Amino acid sequence: MSLDLLTYMFIGGSFALYIGIAIWARAGSTTEFYVAGGGVPPVANGMATAADWMSAASFISLAGIVSFIGRDGAAYLMGWTGGYVLLAMLLAPYLRKFGKFTVPDFVGDRYYSKTARYIAVICTIVISFTYVAGQMRGVGIVFSRYLHVDINTGVIVGMVIVFFYAVLGGMKGITYTQVAQYCVLIMAFMVPAFFLSMQVTGHFLPQIGLGATLEDGRSVLVTLNELSSELGFDQYTQGNKTTIDMFFMTAALMCGTAGLPHVIVRFFTVPRVKDARISAGWALIFIAILYTTVPAVAGFGRVNLIETINGPDNAGVEYTQMPSWFKNWESSGLIAWADKNGDGKVQYQAGAAFDGGKPAFIDSRGDYGERLTENASSSANEVYVDRDIMVLANPEIANLPDWVIALVAAGAVAAALSTAAGLLLVISTSISHDLMKKSINPNITDKQELTYARLAAIVAIIIAGYFGINPPGFVAQVVALAFGLAASSVFPAIVLGIFSTRMNTQGAVSGMLVGLGSTMAYIIYFKFMGGTPDQWLFGISPEGFGTVGMLLNFVVAMLVASMTPEPPEEIQSIIEDIRIPRGAAQAHAH
Amino acid sequence: MSSQPDSARAYWRENLRIIFTYMVIWFAVSYGCGILFVDALDQIQFFGFPLGFWFAQQGAIYVFIGLIWAYVFSMNRLDEKYDVHE
Repeated sequence: MSLDLLTYMFIGGSFALYIGIAIWARAGSTTEFYVAGGGVPPVANGMATAADWMSAASFISLAGIVSFIGRDGAAYLMGWTGGYVLLAMLLAPYLRKFGKFTVPDFVGDRYYSKTARYIAVICTIVISFTYVAGQMRGVGIVFSRYLHVDINTGVIVGMVIVFFYAVLGGMKGITYTQVAQYCVLIMAFMVPAFFLSMQVTGHFLPQIGLGATLEDGRSVLVTLNELSSELGFDQYTQGNKTTIDMFFMTAALMCGTAGLPHVIVRFFTVPRVKDARISAGWALIFIAILYTTVPAVAGFGRVNLIETINGPDNAGVEYTQMPSWFKNWESSGLIAWADKNGDGKVQYQAGAAFDGGKPAFIDSRGDYGERLTENASSSANEVYVDRDIMVLANPEIANLPDWVIALVAAGAVAAALSTAAGLLLVISTSISHDLMKKSINPNITDKQELTYARLAAIVAIIIAGYFGINPPGFVAQVVALAFGLAASSVFPAIVLGIFSTRMNTQGAVSGMLVGLGSTMAYIIYFKFMGGTPDQWLFGISPEGFGTVGMLLNFVVAMLVASMTPEPPEEIQSIIEDIRIPRGAAQAHAH
Repeated sequence: MSSQPDSARAYWRENLRIIFTYMVIWFAVSYGCGILFVDALDQIQFFGFPLGFWFAQQGAIYVFIGLIWAYVFSMNRLDEKYDVHE
């Protein structure tokens, strides 16, 4: 059976499953639409949270990043998992006891202020849109590479599928499709990893395989270090970023994770406070299965990539002898080769092969049939490899069977769709619940609110699809912004709201404004206005500045709160109430 | 906060103490072993990994899981003790 047919079968089969679940789990009320009726078992919620959280970035890009930056990739690995410890201990149980639908609900009620609610709504919408555009793009890339359809067609198919289960089923439909999507994506990630680990090291478990020794008696990591220094790259197990930057980046990603609205809202769906803690535990187990495998996939992938491109004697392989994956990714524009020394062989080493980093293709072919570019650099490196192809190309580089490649394609689509659906739900809830019901027109009925939620979901899908088809050039940059915003505004506001009875409107609002303002200014200056790394404050990169914004938020909020009147009696009793687990089951009833 | 009964306050204080203990471990493992002291730990070999590298890319994640489940069990016990469970 051909690879194309297999891929159609895997992706088509998984889509049929998702749609089936969506029809089975249609939502009838706002409670079902927003929080699945508050009745999701913790294991299922943990699985759904894991699928919600692991996006196209985790599935497709993370191993590529680690593969290319080595030890520094730990900022992402620890940052995107350590946030769950914060969630389990500092946020989830109390928010579940509070028992409303959204993050702005909590911020607005706890700080008895419309301004606070509006700030939370804006953060929620900006963070979620930032994220969702990238997901749609991920779906498009997979479709175009594996099914040979146009990227735009891929995005539209993805939109229709998400439309089906997000608009029909709301949180209830999304939760159960995410459980299915988790199963698809984790199989798709683990199966090739097992194969790779067996093939490279003889160990079945990739987590152990990465530390194993190869046939020549040297370990995988030592081999990688030697290959890297031979080719002029940094040592794989050595860091390149400064300690302070690693520290701040990891903290920003951790606190940002804990402050992401689409992750927090998942903990509103379980029956009891106890279940919120338990489902955070399950979520992290399900996430860790993938995250602890990533370093191994990254390491094996790197060895395979270098050895395939440069050949066993490290002298380069003739372009005409290159395996088909090399040429396929070249046609997708994610690999490029310029024969700088005119020997017809592909040679890969450190240095930017093309001026400005990415290759600029022109519309003609060279002597060996390669795509020609107009910006080959003076560096001796002849090859450009896009980081994002590592996971997708790994099975092909390692010559794994076709069904594994098809499975990986279905997994990448599952990862992108599950996250997109979760985000779209958060956006539509923010609009129908936080803006319509709570701010503009409090008199609408439950049924009308549900209609607004569905309409908002449709509009959000169309906007997300538009961004998927016409990706703004700044998607990669604004991911830093999403985590920065979450870490510097949402996270401190919620933590202070739970752990300080003294925190009042004035404190929270000024804290959020200072945190948001400083973080946005820093990121915009360095990402869009041409700031250079030598101007970084204390050497902290824009990705890590969310931590500084968060600290400023805490300090300003506490200072202002200490100079202004304490919150009213009834707010203080709300805080005392959310600290005690008993009574959460009834909370959704009102 | 005179309205709050003593037992509720004692429950909250114990909860804070548990959180604090686990957060110290959380910080030590990720920021300590994985970032601040990573180069020193890298001198030690651990199942074929330099130890600091292992903590940064795998070990910290295992400890995070352990911490959440430890918190789940500690809190279940505490909820029973103060009779605030559901």
